[in-house]
Amino acid sequence: MNRPLLQAESLGYGASVVLRGVSFALAPGERVVLLGRSGAGKTTLLNAIHDRLIVAGRRVALVPQDHALVPPLSVVRNVLMGRLDDHGALANLASLVRPRRADRAEIVAILAELGLAAEADRAVEGLSGGQKQRTALARALFRGGDVLIGDEPVSAVDGAQAARLLDQVRGRFPASVLASHDVGLARAFATRLIGLRDGAMAFDAAPEDVEAGEVEALYAP
Amino acid sequence: MLPDRLSRGTVVALFGGLALLLLPFADLHVAGHDPWAAVGRMAWGFVRPDFGALEQIGRSLLLTLAFALGGVALGGTAGLALAPFYGSRPVRALCIALRSVHELFWALLLMQGLGISALTGLLAIALPYAGIFAKVFAEMMEEADPRPSAVLPPGVDPLSRFLFARAPLMLPAMWAYSLYRVECGLRSSAVLGFVGLPTLGYQLDTFFSEGDYGAASAILIVYIALIATMRLWMRPGLAPLWVLLSGLVLATLSSPPMGEGALLRFLTVDIVPAPLRNGGGPAELIDWLLPLLGRQVLPGLASTLVVAQIALVLTGLVAFATSGLTVPRVAGRVGSLLGHFVLVVLRSIPEVMLAFLFLQVLGPSMLPAVLALSLHNGAIIGHLLGREGGTVCLGLRRDAPRGLTLWGWELAPRLFGRFLALCLYRWEIILRETTVMGLLGVATLGFYVQSAVAELRLDRAVVLLLSAGLLTAGVDALSRALRRRLGADRAQSQREEGC
Repeated sequence: MNRPLLQAESLGYGASVVLRGVSFALAPGERVVLLGRSGAGKTTLLNAIHDRLIVAGRRVALVPQDHALVPPLSVVRNVLMGRLDDHGALANLASLVRPRRADRAEIVAILAELGLAAEADRAVEGLSGGQKQRTALARALFRGGDVLIGDEPVSAVDGAQAARLLDQVRGRFPASVLASHDVGLARAFATRLIGLRDGAMAFDAAPEDVEAGEVEALYAP
Repeated sequence: MLPDRLSRGTVVALFGGLALLLLPFADLHVAGHDPWAAVGRMAWGFVRPDFGALEQIGRSLLLTLAFALGGVALGGTAGLALAPFYGSRPVRALCIALRSVHELFWALLLMQGLGISALTGLLAIALPYAGIFAKVFAEMMEEADPRPSAVLPPGVDPLSRFLFARAPLMLPAMWAYSLYRVECGLRSSAVLGFVGLPTLGYQLDTFFSEGDYGAASAILIVYIALIATMRLWMRPGLAPLWVLLSGLVLATLSSPPMGEGALLRFLTVDIVPAPLRNGGGPAELIDWLLPLLGRQVLPGLASTLVVAQIALVLTGLVAFATSGLTVPRVAGRVGSLLGHFVLVVLRSIPEVMLAFLFLQVLGPSMLPAVLALSLHNGAIIGHLLGREGGTVCLGLRRDAPRGLTLWGWELAPRLFGRFLALCLYRWEIILRETTVMGLLGVATLGFYVQSAVAELRLDRAVVLLLSAGLLTAGVDALSRALRRRLGADRAQSQREEGC
């Protein structure tokens, strides 16, 4: 896992380059948080890291910013979708009709920890924004794997709950890369902070080595 | 050929002018002797509905329902299976061909091979509907949110991907569209009676020929009630049960036996142009084709266009006049309820059936067809405009006027663009229905098709149907070009607006 995923690369969409000269490697046990203003390239970097990890054959769990849930399906079925690649089409068809008992028990246990147990059989389209976000997080927790990639995975829940959710992530994944706007939460969670500004990495260091002024500079106009 | 942009006034003037030019060529005289006496007898019967003929009424309604539900279920399933491949040219061509032939023409053709049987009725609905379903379902698949599928782990098999991340997103829209198709199916199925299948149209014809207007009134009342309440009894959980029951009802239908191999002969011999069948070459084919074109195709096309263009302009007048009828702020509470009632009745009765009713009074000419087409289609557009007018009213300033002033100053100007787009959209539908009016004896293309079938000259019928399909396709393309130039191409919202 220590081999670099990105080496002095330019990232972007089509012809437009968002980040230049980016290098990135991820060691086991690392919890990386990306900081920066909207549009600084956090999502671009997360997507690139995700794709490289997949190519490297890692099992990755993903919490995208827009959740990408299926509104008409229940919370349990949406969470179940995290493991569709572990089974064949017929088994998946059967669990679409009726989720297996063992899967269901495991999912309900995760939902209980996220405070969603009561919503287990409700359709996602009827949930609040915060509940949808936790459903997307539950899908990633249920999937499990080597790395969690999360794009603002706890932005829609309050501070105390956000800290508890990140504890869950810490307990279940050997490594994680998150994007966040919440500097306090990031400092408490991360083993490594990356600041993005003006299309490049402003810093990449342990939280205790990043000064408050450096972080503030990221958000300065 | 057309300028890049057209003003609304230009389009109205073009269509209005064309209709006026065609008016002298239209045979609009009242052919029935003493139509007022006929109207009196009918009106007297219609205000005194007679439910006494319970067995006949029940049986024909049951079969109408069974053909509609079975046909839509079959067509929907086939359409769903075709939809993923709609991008491929042969599949799309097949679907266009299937839906370009009207249900009634399909029935006429299928009867030659399958007789007056359950399968004929089922396929007459299912074949064109499969083509329509495939197109609409394919569009829905394209429009569904791609993100849930994109976030699935790599390595998920395509079937699971479709069932979990795509199908649930499309299901609500597909169900809504299927419901709406059932409504269309009920109309198609009823009308199949006019070519001899044992549905509502057949029974209506029988009641009329017996002068039993009370029973005719009763059967129409139950039919309209069935359509108006469809969303109450057609529930997702009950749909399989209804389809199963439809299958059982149709299975009990006995049909006169067909000769051995009738279907095969129909497909391989009868529809081959006669000169080729008899071993002739291209020269004989042209000798056969030219008189057919000159004596049947061209007169048929011309009279179809005359009827359709006049009906289109009248449709617009009816729609414009009725657009405020269902808006409470315009017509008042009681008035708008009354307006809803009138428009529901006119919308529920299919054009062909309405034309049949007018034919009984006015006698055979183009008049019954023109009236039926414009009243039915005008009511549909009027209803849709009224619905949008209601939405406009919600956002009006508090001191906005009421009644005719509101309609004239606030609603009509705002809805005029939409009105034109809807009329252009229904142009193609009016044309399709006009060709079919021929089956009732009006001299449009359908008349020549039916004569060819009656003379067992199916090769000619096929040529006539091809020309009808080409005419419809041409009008469809022209209508789309005009809508684009008006800046009024809102195809998606129009999906649910016309059978």
